[in-house]
Amino acid sequence: MLAYVIRRLAYGVVVVFGVLLFLFLLFFMMTNPDDVARKALGERVPPEVIEQWKVNHGYDKPLFPSSSNLTDNMLFEHYRRMLTFDFGRSDADDTLIMTRIREGMGPSLALTVPLFILSLGVAIPFALLVAFFRETYIDRTGVVLSVLAMSVSILLYIIGAQYLIGKLLRWFPISGFDFDPQLVVRFLALPLLVGVMSGIGGNVRFYRTVFLEESNRDYVRTARAKGCGEARLMSHHVFRNSLIPLLTQVVLAIPFLFTGSLLLESFFGIPGLGAITVDAINGNDFSTLRTMVYIGSLLFIIGQILTDLSYGLVDPRVRLE
Amino acid sequence: MESWVVSNVVVALIVVGVAGLAWFGLRDRMWSQALGELWCRRRYSVLVIAFYVAVALLDSISWVGGMEAQSDTVARYKAQSILDRLFADTRERSYSAPFADREFYGGAALQRPGSHVLGTDIIGRDVFYLSLKGARVALLIGGLTSLIAIPLALLFGVSAGYFGGRTDDLVFFVMSTLASMPGLLLLIALIMVMGKSTLAVCLALAVTSWVGFCRVSRGETLKLRELEYVCAARALGVSELRIIFRHVLPNLMHLVIITGVLMFSGLVLSEVVLSWLGIGVDGSWGQMIDQARNELSREPIIWWNISAAGSALFGVILAVNFVGDAVRDILDPQTLRQGE
Repeated sequence: MLAYVIRRLAYGVVVVFGVLLFLFLLFFMMTNPDDVARKALGERVPPEVIEQWKVNHGYDKPLFPSSSNLTDNMLFEHYRRMLTFDFGRSDADDTLIMTRIREGMGPSLALTVPLFILSLGVAIPFALLVAFFRETYIDRTGVVLSVLAMSVSILLYIIGAQYLIGKLLRWFPISGFDFDPQLVVRFLALPLLVGVMSGIGGNVRFYRTVFLEESNRDYVRTARAKGCGEARLMSHHVFRNSLIPLLTQVVLAIPFLFTGSLLLESFFGIPGLGAITVDAINGNDFSTLRTMVYIGSLLFIIGQILTDLSYGLVDPRVRLE
Repeated sequence: MESWVVSNVVVALIVVGVAGLAWFGLRDRMWSQALGELWCRRRYSVLVIAFYVAVALLDSISWVGGMEAQSDTVARYKAQSILDRLFADTRERSYSAPFADREFYGGAALQRPGSHVLGTDIIGRDVFYLSLKGARVALLIGGLTSLIAIPLALLFGVSAGYFGGRTDDLVFFVMSTLASMPGLLLLIALIMVMGKSTLAVCLALAVTSWVGFCRVSRGETLKLRELEYVCAARALGVSELRIIFRHVLPNLMHLVIITGVLMFSGLVLSEVVLSWLGIGVDGSWGQMIDQARNELSREPIIWWNISAAGSALFGVILAVNFVGDAVRDILDPQTLRQGE
């Protein structure tokens, strides 16, 4: 067990190094820092200003290490900064990236955690219902409805909800955010609704397959032969055993709660990490963008390790070796 | 050679290629049975997709000239597709509602009253025409990306699964590295670095979407490698390459078809999000939706733009999703379920 944990962690570190290498290729070798500087400072600035900007942002060093200098180059600097969480300043407006991340984390979590719980709470009962009535019209209608819900672009969900509920019916504000407990519910209502709607089709279909797969097992037939009722079969046998594959999905989704939602946040004016990322994209802010990609991958890798380990904890049949 | 000639040749080659594949497929009993069953189960979805493909083809064959009568002088010197020619000279000055005979704001008379089935947009282009033009862009995004991503995934997946050892370790490392980066962010970063163009968007989509199929094809190859007929071929001294091409790849073809169909809707839907970020492909439904977004806040509102683009998009995605499900059930009820 311990040997497995250590090996798994070591492989995680290797993948983090791989991600950093890819980011280096993408953001330092394929992009020209002079172009980034011009976009941040304007087209008509003297070369000295650009040189100064490159020094301030750490783009002035040679790209690769050589035998004479091993540490004073961009590759080393890139790894050192990312691994010590010293993300430096934004390419667009010189604010510290770490401060912005700290500010954005709260609003992002305020949106994504309820969204996550709601999505699970809506999709799993629906999927259980559809799986319970498998091979009937309820099942077929459920599947067709999920495919319909999956086929609408999330952009249309957002625009539709903002127009219909926000503008015509005036039930909830169209966009905005406040941590005040009374206001936050009103502000989050629309993004939560849209988030649940846009994910429900795919989720119901996925959970349905999981439940159906489980209900074709031998032990289910045995329980039925012994006279176990269909409802009890679903809740005590099928659902409990499906928790193992469901857990994989759920644990893997948790890291992404921290990175927020790009579309929902920027459409509904929630100042979270997703909105920061969209600002970075629109403002050609490469340093913020690569930091967000890095944080996202780091969280995903951690989530994957946790999933693998929790598998062994939950399912005694799985031996971690 | 002029660019429109080249693009016509490419279109002709694609049509010939698809027709050839279809001919070979129909001669094979398994494939023709699968096609027959697909037709039985999803007749309407297949017809809808055929309609979109036909529209895309009408918009792909283009040539210069023959537009001297047009008032739009640019059109005389630019390559115009068949679809462009069908809708030549339908330009108005500004918004007009479906079937209207006056402009929406101001009420000036239209040049072609009552002929705009879905109205016109802010600079007077016929919305029906624009929606039809989106079909070609959507098929281009889905098709070109699959053409890049699937061979790439097959190359790496099959070699990793078949040769194992170092190759497998390396491929697995690249896959886990790419898979651990958040998909949408990676997509955006790639396009920002490569610059905006149709090819860049497709390349970026391919980079972010090949990993899933690579994993599937690696797993299948691992299974196929151990089968008796592969062992027999090896014992007879058949070369590795020949084993891969004769015994492994043909047994992955059903997965290629399923993945291609299932990938398509995801790709087109990602392009909509990219359009909203301003890095989409010109003329796509995503761009139409994005441009129409602000029109909903006008008073009275312009609703026909966004509904036309939205329904065109919804129609093709729905049809492809239905066909994708059926294709998966017909060709392979097990393998891909596990990875879902």
